[in-house]
Amino acid sequence: MTAPSPVHRRPMLEINRLEKRFGETRVLTSIDLSVAPGELVFVIGPSGSGKSTMLRCCNRLEEPSSGTILLDGEHVTDCRGAALDRMRLKIGMVFQGFHLYPHKSVLGNVMLAQIRALKRPKAEAKARAMEMLEHVGLAHKADAMPAELSGGQQQRVATARALALDPKVMLFDEPTSALDPELVGSVLKVMRRLRDEGMTMLVVSHEMGFAREAADRVVFMDGGVVVEAGPPEAIFGNPQSDRLKSFLARVSKDEE
Amino acid sequence: MKFLETFFNGAVMAKYLPDLLGAIVTTLWLSAVILALGLSLGLVLACLRCLGRWYLTLPIVAFADIGRALPPLVVILICYFGLPGLGISLSGPAVLILVLAGVLAAFAEEIFWAGLTAVPKGQWEAGRATGLSFARTLFEIALPQAVRLGIPPLVNRALAITKMTALGSVIGVKEILSVSSSAQSFSGSATPLTMAALAYLAIFLPAVILSRALERRFSWAV
Ligand SMILES: Nc1ncnc2c1ncn2[C@@H]1O[C@H](COP(=O)(O)OP(=O)(O)OP(=O)(O)O)[C@@H](O)[C@H]1O
Ligand SMILES: [Mg+2]
Repeated sequence: MTAPSPVHRRPMLEINRLEKRFGETRVLTSIDLSVAPGELVFVIGPSGSGKSTMLRCCNRLEEPSSGTILLDGEHVTDCRGAALDRMRLKIGMVFQGFHLYPHKSVLGNVMLAQIRALKRPKAEAKARAMEMLEHVGLAHKADAMPAELSGGQQQRVATARALALDPKVMLFDEPTSALDPELVGSVLKVMRRLRDEGMTMLVVSHEMGFAREAADRVVFMDGGVVVEAGPPEAIFGNPQSDRLKSFLARVSKDEE
Repeated sequence: MKFLETFFNGAVMAKYLPDLLGAIVTTLWLSAVILALGLSLGLVLACLRCLGRWYLTLPIVAFADIGRALPPLVVILICYFGLPGLGISLSGPAVLILVLAGVLAAFAEEIFWAGLTAVPKGQWEAGRATGLSFARTLFEIALPQAVRLGIPPLVNRALAITKMTALGSVIGVKEILSVSSSAQSFSGSATPLTMAALAYLAIFLPAVILSRALERRFSWAV
């Protein structure tokens, strides 16, 4: 290990030698990945390569088989019980299927964990929820029920729900793959704005155009390992490995 | 008019009305206690089963299966006539409440549990990922959705069980059926039984209508 230089900043999220097995099948093999504060890192890779599993290990929805995960220098992997719940408050996650609570209004969705987990006073939680809904352009839907929203709107409410807890990092698992093409733009706009405000983000997505334009770094996973990582120009413009080359060829064919 | 004479004899009605009113009150409070105890016990058992510990799950499943399999009348008779042999003497109303609340709890546990298993895994994950504890996620997210799914079968079961308060007539509980059938044998007229039927209608028809309102209140589009 080299000593950190004075300008070197500690990573916001650091994944070290992460392994995950489901029974006998090994899904992740020695993943090393770190995300600097304010960095937007994109994870791409074929279906079944372990992208979701890696993301879910970061907040321990999936229990890592070995390896460590640190958030802003604190161990995520050592936490238990209430300490793990507190740690999860700092890790925002947006799921592919959104998973809004169907029995609560949009406002109720964004307020619940603020009140019950973060223990914010109700008035403060409400103000913060409205602020976040404003941020994602849905303040006018505060009283709507999730079922009354389009997919893109549900996705943005899910984003607001995570953001309202003031997380240190946001994890997005295929935030646009369940959306009709015309709804994707509104979601990418929110993510672009988050990046501009300095949010640290780890995004699993197949939006190659967005990755090219907005990502600081792109990580290509295949078969549970990180095959290649680098700035988007290098990953898309000058791929080194055959696996990445053939993946990119396949994806660009799909996009046509 | 033989029909009116048999089923709607005015003199008989007037004579037994006070007794019957008392019996209606008895049926009502017995039903209320049975519902409150049975539904809350069922809910608690379903929540405990959620913890996924075999030493909780095993007795809960056994209780629910046995409670649903045995005819309530058999259990009522065993408790009322058998338990005194062990030195435990319970009054008629106490036996009726214990047995019917227990049976309702057995059914309610299964209904709540079915609702809980129908809540998508993603709902749990969304709750836990936002830092909510297991218990919070259960109470704030999973249970409201499970209860909503369970309301129609719960209402049906609750109505069926409260109507079984009529079984109290075999162990001397002064509820509607026992009061009216003893009035029937004293008076030799079927009129008290008509009154009983009307009393049951007066209680349960509004309950059925109310339950429809309840189902609407707890439904939301998904
Ligand atoms: N709970 C589980 N039990 C067993 N195997 C699992 C489980 N979850 C995931 N897997 C396996 O792990 C592998 C990686 O899955 P994962 O969902 O992480 O892939 P992914 O890269 O996100 O794919 P996709 O692009 O299709 O979402 C797959 O082979 C999958 O079958
Ligand atoms: Mg996935």
